[in-house]
Order: sequence, then C-alpha cells, then structure tokens
Amino acid sequence: MKHKWNNRLPMFVMIGPAFLWMAIFVLAPLCYVVGISFLSKDSSGGVMFPLTLASYFSLWNESFLTIFSRSLLLSLQTTIICLAVGYPFAYVIANAPKKHRGLLLLLIMLPFWINSVIRIYGWNTLLRQEGVINSVLMSIGIISSPLEMLYTDGAVLLGMVYELLPFTILPLYASIEKLDRSLLEAASDLGATKPHIFTRVIFPLTMPGIFAGSIQTFIPSLGLFYISEMMGGGSTMYIGNLIKNQFLSARNWPLGAALSLLLILITLVLMKLYTKVGSLEDMA
Amino acid sequence: MGEPIIRLVNVVKCYHENQVVKKLNLDIQQGEFLTLLGPSGCGKTTTLRMIAGFESVTEGQIYLEGNNVADLKPNQRDVNTVFQNYALFPHMTVEDNIAFGLVEKRVKKSEIKQRVAEMIKMVQLEGMEKRMPAQMSGGQKQRVAIARALINNPRVLLLDEPLGALDLKLRKQMQSELKHLQKRLGITFVFVTHDQEEALTMSDRIAVMNGGVLEQIGTPREIYNRPETKFVADFIGESNVLDAYVTEVSEGGIHVKMEFGDAVLKAGGFVEEEMVYLCVRPENLKMTKEAVPNFNIYGTVKEHIFIGSVCKTVVELASGLEVKMTSPQTDELYAVGTRVNIYWREDQGVILHTKEEQLYNLIENTVQIEGGMHEA
Repeated sequence: MKHKWNNRLPMFVMIGPAFLWMAIFVLAPLCYVVGISFLSKDSSGGVMFPLTLASYFSLWNESFLTIFSRSLLLSLQTTIICLAVGYPFAYVIANAPKKHRGLLLLLIMLPFWINSVIRIYGWNTLLRQEGVINSVLMSIGIISSPLEMLYTDGAVLLGMVYELLPFTILPLYASIEKLDRSLLEAASDLGATKPHIFTRVIFPLTMPGIFAGSIQTFIPSLGLFYISEMMGGGSTMYIGNLIKNQFLSARNWPLGAALSLLLILITLVLMKLYTKVGSLEDMA
Repeated sequence: MGEPIIRLVNVVKCYHENQVVKKLNLDIQQGEFLTLLGPSGCGKTTTLRMIAGFESVTEGQIYLEGNNVADLKPNQRDVNTVFQNYALFPHMTVEDNIAFGLVEKRVKKSEIKQRVAEMIKMVQLEGMEKRMPAQMSGGQKQRVAIARALINNPRVLLLDEPLGALDLKLRKQMQSELKHLQKRLGITFVFVTHDQEEALTMSDRIAVMNGGVLEQIGTPREIYNRPETKFVADFIGESNVLDAYVTEVSEGGIHVKMEFGDAVLKAGGFVEEEMVYLCVRPENLKMTKEAVPNFNIYGTVKEHIFIGSVCKTVVELASGLEVKMTSPQTDELYAVGTRVNIYWREDQGVILHTKEEQLYNLIENTVQIEGGMHEA
C-alpha cells in the first residue's frame, strides 16, 4: 500500500495543483450553474426552491429561437469570412522563408498583448459618425454626410472577424506548413496547373486545418457579447447578450443558467465533431 | 546513335554563390537506362530536378527531343518523375493517384478507367485499387508511384533514388523489375542513385558525377574496367591506386617508378617526368614468389581475410602502403610474412594522368580558401 503511494506521489504533486485550480474555478462554478438552472427565480432577483424544469421549458420560445438562430448565423458568417481572409494569410506565412515565419506569426499574435475590449473600442474611434474614417472621407470630398457605420450589423460582423481572425489563421497555418512540398511537385509533374494543384491537392489536404480553424472561430464567436454591445450598440440581441442580461439586468438567474448550459451543449457537440474529424485525419 | 532524347548543354546551377552543377554536358539516348551516380551532394539530384523542371537552370540549355525546355514549367514537359519518398497523394486511393495525370489531361472517364486497370495489372497491384497510400507497404507505394508516372506515357521517366527506402531484399527485386519494365516499354529512364552496385546492375550507361562535374560516362563495364579518373576508380568498386612517376618513355612502354619499386607498362600518351596513378582492382592484382618480367614491386603478405566466395589478402609494400587483392578461396595462399612480387595483366590495370587532377584540386582548394576567407 505504502509503495503504491510513493510511486504515485510525483504524479499527485505535479497535477494536483492544476487539478485543484480547475476543480475550484471551473468545475465548482459549472455545478453551481447546473444547480441554479433547476431552481426558480424569486421576487428579489435571487433564486429559490422548489426544483423545476421551468427554465428549460421556457427556452422553447419564439424570441429565444430567433436570437439563437441569429447568433448562429452571425457566427457562421464570421467563420466563413475568417476562413476566406485567413487562408491566403496563412498560406503566405507558411510559404515565407523560414527565418521570417516566426516574425510573421508574432505579428498575428501581437494584438493579443492589448486587451480586446480596448482594441474593439479602437474600432469605435474609427467607425463612429465623427470618427477617423468619416472625417477623412468628408475632408477629401468623397462623401458629404457621415456614413452610418458604427452600431450596424455590419460593424458587429467586422468586430467579430477582427477579434477571431488569429484563431482561424493559426490552425490553418499549422496544416499548410505541414504540407509535403513534394506532393505539389508531383502534382505539377503530372500536368496540374496552379489552380488545379490547389483544388486537387492543397485544399483537400488542408481540410483538417480548415475544420479546426472553423471550430476555433465558431465556438468563441457564439459567446462574445461585448462586441455586439460595443459595435452594435446592443440594439440587436445575440446569445451572449441574452445570457448576460439574464444575470445582470433581468435578474432571472435560472433562465440565464439554462441558456448557458444550452450554449455549452452546442459547444460540446461541435467539439465532439472536431475530435472525430481529427481522428479521421490520423487514419488517412 | 540517333538524336539524343535529352541533351544538356553547359548546364550550370547555383544556389546563391554556391555552384552545385558546373557546366554539365550530357546526352541521353532514346530508350536507354541512364544512371546518374555519385556521392551525396554531387549534383545528381539537382540535375534530375532541372530536367523535370522543379529547379530553374542558372545557365545553359536543356533540350528534350530538340526543344529547349529550360524555361518550361514541370507540367509543360513531357517527362514524369518517381520521387524518393514516392509523394503519393495521401487523400486519394491507389486508383485516383494513378489516374491523376489523365484527369489533368481531360481524358474520357471510360478510357481512364481502362488505362488505370492496365497499369494496376502491370505493376501487380490488383485488388488494391481502393486502398489508401497509408495502408500500403513501401514496395507497394513504390509500384503506385511508378504506375502514376508511366500512365502518362512520358517520353522520359525520371527516378530520384526510388529504391532508397526499401530493405535490401525488396530492393534487389525492384531493381530487376524496374529494369525489365524499362526494356519492355522502351521508355528512356534517367535514374539517380548513390549506390554503385545498383547502378552497375541496372544501367545501360552510367554518368558518374562528383562535385557538380561529370567525371565519366560509359557502360557499366567501361566504368568499372576503364575508369578515366581517380575518383571513378575509387568510387566504383574497390581499387588500389598507386602513385607513380614516369621515368622513361620507350618503344616497349613507359617506365614508372614508385616509392616501393618500378615497372614497365604498355601505354601511350604519357610523357617523361609525369606523375601518374596506377589503378588496379583487387581481383586483378596477383602475387608470386618468382620474378615477373616488367614488374619489380615487392611486399610482404600481411593478412588473409576469408570472406566466403573469395579470400582477401593484404600485402604491405616497402613504403608501408597496403594493397588489397582477392583470389578464389580455393587458391593456395602464401603464408603471412612471405615476401612476394606484385603484378597484374597489363590490360587489367589503368594508368591515369594526374596533372589535370592536381591542377583541378589546386583550383578547388584555392576557391575553398577564398570562400572561407569571405566567411571569416
């Protein structure tokens, strides 16, 4: 018995602290959220017994469904734009001379050194009515009255793409960089033109990267609430705002908790899909 | 011989300051199996890649059937390549891999199907049509790579050390299969290898390269029996290379003097006071206790090494230099310590000029020293 403990001691010492941390700050709050979702709301904005499924039933509601589908649509748009913009980006970096790649990747990561709320606020300065872009365009006479850019759905989409683009680029880069150059030579040798090399070899072989990039963009995009608030003025509701409101303004914690769990569920399904595709890739 | 199918004229390839192929001139004949042989870094793979179009040509021309293709892209050249690591498309089945080139050429689906089936039969991969490359062994992948290249009916097939990754037995088998395939199809093969035995067994002609320079081109027999440079004599098989000095040129031949003896050899084209190399294969070197006309080279038997079919004898010459000779193991051997006279049949030894070699080495060294100084 004593032997066993001695053997395992290093393991406990090493993963123990991390485990404790995760248990206290991730697992416990999650259980708390699950618990709350089965309670009912009391008149003062707190929660009370009895246990009920009412919050879950109330999710099946037309306005919530609209918000969910709108959020999914926004995330989908974000993901597609990020892929379209990120793929060429990643391709260029992956094919740059080796000594430059590190620097280029660093430039991609650089924005993370500044808090994202501040960066989004920067867009605010650029896009608002009396912002930089409008003043420049008006001063050189391209437009006569300021463009309505901030607080539109387009602005929200822009903010999302801006925020999440690095998450798309990195997995794309990883899979493009891994690509065996001799395969491209082989395709060219067999008569393929550049566009064909892309469609028949590069694109299918970087599919795992495209998928990973999509998931890593899509999942966080579902929960980003501050972008739609800062760039969309909070006029259009998305899942993120909805959840935040349930906790902070509507004071309906059980509903907020149920919404959160639904979001987690969607995420888990996507993650499962992701690992499944990942293991398919290993087989090939 | 008719018009060469591939002609390299003064081809130079530089990477930055570094010349890896130096003024290469090479004619490859229609239907032959030509091997580019040399140690790693000799420029053989670069030469092949320039013919395929993967590497640009710094200077010079490459003619394919009389047309200069030096500036054409790989997909515009009527040659196909079998890569060292096979380079099979991992996301495609065996069938799709083989059909790749035909799909690019927009060949009709029914015809593709038929030709792929023929190819699969030819490389003996029946029943594996739907496999993915990852599910195949090295030898099988090799066959797919060959089929994928040959289905396009290329004018020339380029093979870049295609057997390097296979184990010895499979390698021997693939060597003879490839050779037979080439004979049957009559397609010109240009084969790159650093394995001299592979080159000797498979090739119609071998081009030996060293340091970006073509050392010698000829049939395997010519390369083996009549090496033209010291490098070729050393690199192909085993060779005893003796430094000698020409003391006299007369009707009877040339008189050469070595540190450890002298000899009179029949040879033309040499001048007095010239330094030469005498190259003799171990199997051509003989020893005797009696005197031999024209040979006056003495040494002491140092060691016999039994290696199966033959026995290897090491003889130490007066200068301390050791020469190796092999004799059938049934031959009677002189005891270790016996003083013997070394000789060879004159047509079985090769005499080489050293002048150009020395000059060449001198230039090489100067360039290296200069290069080194630049770096410092």
